[in-house]
Amino acid sequence: MSKTLLSLQTLNAHYGDFQALYNVDMTLSEGEVIAIIGANGAGKTTLMRSISGLLKNDAAAILYRGTPIGALRADEVAQIGIALVPEGRQLFPSLSVEENLRLGSTVARKGPWSLDSVFQLFPILKDRRSQASTSLSGGQQQMVAIGRALMANPDLILFDEISLGLAPVIIKSIYDALPGIVSEGMTAMIVEQDITKALSVSSRVFCLQEGRISLEGNTEDVSREAITKAYFGVGA
Amino acid sequence: MSEWIGAIVQGTLLGGLYALFAAGLSLIFGVMRLVNIAHGDLIVLAAYLGLSTTILLGVNPFVALLAVIPIMGGFGYVLQRGILNRTLGPDILPPLLVTFGLSVILQNALLEGYTADPQKLNAGAVETASIGVASLSIGILPLLTFAIAVAVIAGLQWIFYHTSLGRAFRAVSDNQDIAQLMGLNKAHVFGLAMALALAVTAIAGILLGVRTSFDPAGGGGRLIFAFEAVIIGGLGSLWGTLAGGVILGIAQTIGGKIDPGWQILAGHIAFLVVLAVRPNGLFPRVSH
Repeated sequence: MSKTLLSLQTLNAHYGDFQALYNVDMTLSEGEVIAIIGANGAGKTTLMRSISGLLKNDAAAILYRGTPIGALRADEVAQIGIALVPEGRQLFPSLSVEENLRLGSTVARKGPWSLDSVFQLFPILKDRRSQASTSLSGGQQQMVAIGRALMANPDLILFDEISLGLAPVIIKSIYDALPGIVSEGMTAMIVEQDITKALSVSSRVFCLQEGRISLEGNTEDVSREAITKAYFGVGA
Repeated sequence: MSEWIGAIVQGTLLGGLYALFAAGLSLIFGVMRLVNIAHGDLIVLAAYLGLSTTILLGVNPFVALLAVIPIMGGFGYVLQRGILNRTLGPDILPPLLVTFGLSVILQNALLEGYTADPQKLNAGAVETASIGVASLSIGILPLLTFAIAVAVIAGLQWIFYHTSLGRAFRAVSDNQDIAQLMGLNKAHVFGLAMALALAVTAIAGILLGVRTSFDPAGGGGRLIFAFEAVIIGGLGSLWGTLAGGVILGIAQTIGGKIDPGWQILAGHIAFLVVLAVRPNGLFPRVSH
């Protein structure tokens, strides 16, 4: 068994009075790829926001390499090696493609990813490097968002709704690129509504339903019926 | 005819000073959407710091810049991290109220420290020197002020679009949360933006003090000119701010040419006309 990278311990998350996550327990080992599935409003994005520091939690609810990080700010979480590819790409409209990518290297961690290696992964971005990031298609924007996160050379990368709103051919090319990304020793958490896609790249799956984990297991062990039941909260 | 050309030239050069008043205000609004009501008083504060430096060290006001720029910059960083960052949020009212309070505090502190007597910085012969161009006589000081304004705006433009600091300013301005995810500490970035803005304000304050007399209550008028230059030029556009300052300056000198009492009023009218015809200013930042 490889070393534990991230561990969530009874994680509860709130937006004001509204509780979005209830007692979530989860452990990620180094180099592992896990999928988080669940319907809209199940708490997937809240989970991403909590881990990345955009949503403050109890310090001890999130352990990274054994250190409590639940109360850190997002920039501090980025410094220790966790990067988020946010839902909806969220590129900086005032910045060109290249500037968006370079901003990702603000944390200046050592690792295999640089502007050149990102351009190798997504060659189209090299041709568009000086364009305004908003002038790109949705799929190209997602490539920039992924590249921007890689530029930080994170140890853990979180993908929130990686294929939402993209054309199938683009989704395929992004999923084709994923093994290349995680083969660099990176640990990944993929939030996805497309269950088949999510299961195809992950070794374990967690299903969230109304803020609680309704299913967890090895990808090859869980049945379609069990996932459907956990996803919708009803029998198949 | 040459009188009118002279007025336009004088107005253009005066616009350089107004652009310097406005540049810091524009920068702060652009990066953090903070409207700094105390901006005019900070300009006056810089003039007084220049006064103290010239008296204490016996140096020319332009040499005093070497001390006043870092002092104002450092003050800006501390002010932002210590007070203003706490006021920023979805509600725009707290920063307005707090900077209004800061304005009152600055005015009273200056009154207490320097009395209400008008003061002036003495830069020596450069104040009265002029060069003749055709039939016009152009003052060296206004010319120098305009050149400094162009250099400052060009410098800010370069910082914004060609340095990692500028990239951080634009990223935080676009989306604070996502900028934090990139590892940028927005509290620090905002502190640096205020430091830069007040460094520019230091230059504006010294040039103000060399050009004309100032007193602790003079901040309000400078704030209005700065606001007008920013709005005429278009929010968030640095070169637009320079253009706004020039338009304001020309309107004032032409108004003053028609009737000396109309000088300030003509500037306000020009501002109102632009606001009525082009509410976003003449050169608004292109939104993507």
